[in-house]
Amino acid sequence: MQQAVYIAGRGAISAIGKTREENLEALRKGETGIGSIRYLTTAHASLFPAGEVKADNEELREIAGWSGTNSRSSLLGFIAAREALEEAGLWEENRLQHTVSGKRLRIGLISSTTVAGMDLTENFFPGFLENRKAGKLRMVRQHEGGATTERIAQGLGIRDYVNTISTACSSSANAIMLGARLLKAGELDVVIAGGTDALSKFTLNGFNTLMILDQQLCQPFDQNRRGLNLGEGAGFLVLVSEKTAELLGGNYRVKVTGYANANDAHHQTASSPDGTGSWLAMKGALGMAGITPEQVGYINLHGTGTQNNDSSESSAIERVFGNRYPAMSTTKGYTGHTLAACGGLEAIYSSFSLEQQVLFPCLRLQQPVIELPGVVVTELRSVNGLQHVLSNSFGFGGNCSSLLFSLA
Amino acid sequence: MYINGASAISPLPVFDALSSGIDFIPGEGKRLTASEPAYNNLIDPRLSRRMSRVIRMGVATAMDALRQAGVSNPDAIITGTAYGCLEDTGIFLKRLVENGEEMLTPTAFIQSTHNTVGAQVALLLKCHSYNNTYVQRAQSFERSLQDARLWITENPGAAVLVGAADELTDFSYALLERFGLFRHQSGGEGAAYFLVTDNPSEKSWARIEQVSTLFEPGLEELHDLTTALLGGASGPVDLLLSGEEETDYNAYQYAELSTLLSSEMPVIRYKKYCGTYPTATAFASWLAAWWLKAGKVEVDGIQLPNPRRILIYQADPSGYHSFILLAAC
Repeated sequence: MQQAVYIAGRGAISAIGKTREENLEALRKGETGIGSIRYLTTAHASLFPAGEVKADNEELREIAGWSGTNSRSSLLGFIAAREALEEAGLWEENRLQHTVSGKRLRIGLISSTTVAGMDLTENFFPGFLENRKAGKLRMVRQHEGGATTERIAQGLGIRDYVNTISTACSSSANAIMLGARLLKAGELDVVIAGGTDALSKFTLNGFNTLMILDQQLCQPFDQNRRGLNLGEGAGFLVLVSEKTAELLGGNYRVKVTGYANANDAHHQTASSPDGTGSWLAMKGALGMAGITPEQVGYINLHGTGTQNNDSSESSAIERVFGNRYPAMSTTKGYTGHTLAACGGLEAIYSSFSLEQQVLFPCLRLQQPVIELPGVVVTELRSVNGLQHVLSNSFGFGGNCSSLLFSLA
Repeated sequence: MYINGASAISPLPVFDALSSGIDFIPGEGKRLTASEPAYNNLIDPRLSRRMSRVIRMGVATAMDALRQAGVSNPDAIITGTAYGCLEDTGIFLKRLVENGEEMLTPTAFIQSTHNTVGAQVALLLKCHSYNNTYVQRAQSFERSLQDARLWITENPGAAVLVGAADELTDFSYALLERFGLFRHQSGGEGAAYFLVTDNPSEKSWARIEQVSTLFEPGLEELHDLTTALLGGASGPVDLLLSGEEETDYNAYQYAELSTLLSSEMPVIRYKKYCGTYPTATAFASWLAAWWLKAGKVEVDGIQLPNPRRILIYQADPSGYHSFILLAAC
């Protein structure tokens, strides 16, 4: 019998809200957070819409209660991770509760990021290019992926286990997967797992060179889609083992029942036409949970809005489900593509769907990629008996991961 | 877990060690550059020309480790890298600044993501297996080893490719020097990959017995972990392969560890051969495995016949401590 892994807490910050509740409300109302770029200084501010967190760094510092020079990725990550610990009842009087009912818990932080402190580095760089002695070193101290996590861990007071994953857009799905594995292996009692990425000139320009950015608001999973809008944010789960769940005494509604990581091995940035990596990831997640495709009630798609992703992902879904499609939608139209954070944020959105028995619609959808009526969710839909939700995250380097969440 | 194939590229020429042996000459100068082999037999030259150094070194050592072990399709590919693909990151950043965010090309951006090394290995092998990349600074390699061990526990019989790669570039050298990182030790770089399984074979070099980490430990914590580690070891440690630098801020911690082991314990400092960089423990692991396979250690005036256990200890300037214990098969 596999050990169960429960979601005991969730923290979300994205273009549609600075808290979990704000995110949920926007999803329910169908409100997008994508718009003209206001906070990032870039030559393309008026050209490409993006899903920015609606706060400048000063405001984020206040929310976090931090001072000094910190990457926006560190700030976002800390704010979301702390909120997740609060929901789990492990954050009291502004500090982490290591001991519950006399037991010292082994607590781990597994974050993920693609840009880390690049938001600072890219502002340090112009001066540095002119003169190698120029610029404040504190501007590059959080350049490394692990350094942003280290800062978050320091803020949270976590030392038992700290780790960072960087597998492009599947990063936080892999963080959640590793968290579940470490809990099952009994190596940790509590894991805070997720990811964080701030919007940066580096990624905006990078995606622009690939010509996959939409100059309008994106229309993911629409036949007439034009590309993706970038976003930013952080999403973290507090995962607990069965033993810890008993100790905490929470009434946890959602379990992590399946996960798989596979590689598409097709191209450094493009997905294969038949979606081999995504197919293997979805198949693996279902296999681990021991459920059949018919038992999946809803898929939170990776659904970025690029030609390539949405067609590859729908091919892979057809390979898994045949023509018996579950309901599906993508929430990228709300948040934009938050890169390393999307797996964490979408895990939280998936848990909302399970808890509240509601499916959030794709935004701005005119002609769904899969045209069978009712398959792609186009308006807020109440459901009954939704038991299993699949969440997909696929990234550069062929990294494909799927997570399966189930009602406890 | 058992190492059935191991390959490294470092400033010390070791890539062809199986055929040519190793001539232990410490690196000279403030910046040590990896001694790269001819890649022709390992990577298609059309591909390797487009790869940055970290990708080339990573891919070549990965392919070499697989070839030695006779594995063509590993069950997992796990990579650690502290800095990621710095050369491509630097190229893209420089152009972004100089061209004012206009007229940029995608190649450097595409190759700048941290998972590029692991992804390129998968792509060349057409390998659809589990693929992950860890970037936890000076524990990136250790986290990768721990994942490999967990993966093998979950999937008995699995063959896991695990390694680490980091490069030093002009930009990163200039920056890290300002941080004072090279004040007491030359900067370094390198890549090493290992093919590991849960069972020994006639190809096995050595066994990885334990992998432990600490962050900014006090002496008591260091003491406790070392005691637990030695207590759990299959027997006495014969050699300490130490990450201590020429003049080290963490000298007292290295000294503490040496005391706990034994005052007569032979110690070899590996950073004089590979330079200092966060994933240098991957090079040290390769070196330890090499000696255990050879059945003798002959370097620095130390003559150690038939070593059974080698402990690698690194206390990185950023506060990351790691312990890797290797044993002879």
